[in-house]
Amino acid sequence: MQISRQLDIAWRMVRARHGASLQALLALTAALLISTAVIALAGANPLVALRALADGAFGSPEGWSEVGVRTCPLLLAGLAVAIAFRAGIWNIGAEGQLVIGALAVAWLGTHAGALPAWIALPLVLAGAALGGALWASIAGLLRMTRHVDEVISTIMLNFVAVGLVGYLVHGPLMETAGNYPQTDAVAAAARLSRLIGGYRVHAGLLIAVAAAGLSYLLLFRTVLGFEMRAAGLNRVAAHLAGLDITRALLGAMAISGALAGLAGGIEVSALTFRLYDQFSPGYGFTAIAVALLGRLHPAGIAVAAVFFAALDTGSTAMQSRAGVSSVLVSVIQATVVFSLIAVDQSRWRPIAHASVPADDGVTPPSLERPA
Amino acid sequence: MDSGLFTALAGSMVTMAIPLLLAGLGELIAERAGVINIGLEGLILIGAFTALVTAMFSGSAGLGIGAALAVGALCGAGFAFFVVQRNANQVVAGTALNLLAVGLTGVAYRAIFGVTGAALTIPGAAVLPIPLLSRLPVIGPSFFSQTPLAYAGFALVPLIGFALMRTVPGLKLRMVGESPYAAETQGVDVARTRTVALLLCGALAAAGGAYLAVAYAKTFVEGMSAGRGFIALAIVIVGRRAPVGVLLAALFFGLVTALQFHFQALGSAVPFQFFLILPYALTLLVLAASPGRLSAPAALGQPV
Repeated sequence: MQISRQLDIAWRMVRARHGASLQALLALTAALLISTAVIALAGANPLVALRALADGAFGSPEGWSEVGVRTCPLLLAGLAVAIAFRAGIWNIGAEGQLVIGALAVAWLGTHAGALPAWIALPLVLAGAALGGALWASIAGLLRMTRHVDEVISTIMLNFVAVGLVGYLVHGPLMETAGNYPQTDAVAAAARLSRLIGGYRVHAGLLIAVAAAGLSYLLLFRTVLGFEMRAAGLNRVAAHLAGLDITRALLGAMAISGALAGLAGGIEVSALTFRLYDQFSPGYGFTAIAVALLGRLHPAGIAVAAVFFAALDTGSTAMQSRAGVSSVLVSVIQATVVFSLIAVDQSRWRPIAHASVPADDGVTPPSLERPA
Repeated sequence: MDSGLFTALAGSMVTMAIPLLLAGLGELIAERAGVINIGLEGLILIGAFTALVTAMFSGSAGLGIGAALAVGALCGAGFAFFVVQRNANQVVAGTALNLLAVGLTGVAYRAIFGVTGAALTIPGAAVLPIPLLSRLPVIGPSFFSQTPLAYAGFALVPLIGFALMRTVPGLKLRMVGESPYAAETQGVDVARTRTVALLLCGALAAAGGAYLAVAYAKTFVEGMSAGRGFIALAIVIVGRRAPVGVLLAALFFGLVTALQFHFQALGSAVPFQFFLILPYALTLLVLAASPGRLSAPAALGQPV
């Protein structure tokens, strides 16, 4: 009796301090168990498949390098999603913002040949961030001025962005050679360098890590970050406390878009050098799983980004060696998210309440819609 | 443009519209009950896959459609577990549903049919021309020479309209969407109402997928939902969450898709991407141009 009570108290203390991490671990365990079952049901040997998965990601220097390559967009886009979600804005549009950022680099980069690299590189990356921020701000402004639910508008903007790029690479921005539906390669001055000779891992990873640090400072050490978090936790209370909700929400959306745009821009500047149709393999959607698994905290998101990057990298080896389709990664992502939302209610409830479409952050929250 | 072209365009307009209509009607029911389900895309994919596999192994298109309805409802129940029982955020759960559908159908497809994906053909759903009406020019071959599933979709428009606006369960459902608190004080079981709405939503969206696989493509391709779930989401908004509005919007977006194929085949001066973007851009414009929150239920997206 006495022991069980002490155990209970100890458990409560652990949960109070490390609840978020525990939930993430629990979700990961559940996701791995379910994925193992899916592999077995698909007729493959789970041990062989998971071994191939781990081996493909971390079994060779090339694997490590590829994990680094894929961590970069997932970390940046994951931060983008997290900053919006923290502010109670459901930005589902990281994918579109990412594509617009890539478009900005592809376009600016082909015209930057005459500039020295120390001007060209910051210029094209700033262009990517600006492009993403502007694209996201369409949804932000529609929300603030026209009461348009950002979930719907960001989804629609994703398709518009992808379609726009499809049109541009088949038309006005098609390469001079005219062979493939892709843009010309960006000038050498607009390319991010690789970190280690012979491997694809590039300086964008350092930018992503720096962005994680800056995001932490923004969220937890600045007034704007405080306002954003307050708006996310309880928009009505934040408004009544005199915080500038409009500024917080528009700011969160623009910063979110800038990070996603940077994710896409870096892909072009460091890896592909060109933009083409179906440019992103859904980084913007994976980013939602990354942000949630990282518990919307930059440090957690960094860990989650590496995890998903490793899954992504290893899945190719898993497909060739164990015969399990690499889209199994999507199952793992989905089960992680489902496990997370199944285990916790308390943490999400206030944020969910804050996303009531009724309070748009401009007009004082109306009392006729109790939430 | 000659009448043959009109007939062909009208035919592909209706064919393209039916999956959108079915999924849109499902979403309409869910949203009227206060739940936004952005997992439509995944439900369509799961419906298409289930229908194809069942039709292939049973040799019956009807069984395929039935299986898709059942599995769709099951997915709706799963979704309800998260957003109704666990009060999870609806947007997050919907996104996860989409990811899960891509993964599960992909893994299952390759497990059953191999990585190469042998060309699959199945007994397609039989077309059932309606006597007399099917002989009308232009609209005859398009509207009245369809599969039974398509007629069911059209018939659901007045049925759902009647059920929502003229019956007690419909009133209760709308009440839950407008104010779960008021509904609860009136003795309405909010959780059960939303769960039932999500079951119907899952079944209807999966039926849209079944139509794609069994009646339209007669095969399954990974990712064959191709954004239709999101267009269906848009249709519900443009159609102002009314069944007739959803039907008209589905036909319009069906026409846009038909035109896109047409222009792509012709290599016309209008880039086909224009038609790809149009449904989404138009939805944004409709949203931006409408005062207030359109006809959105007041409690849309709110956990109970």
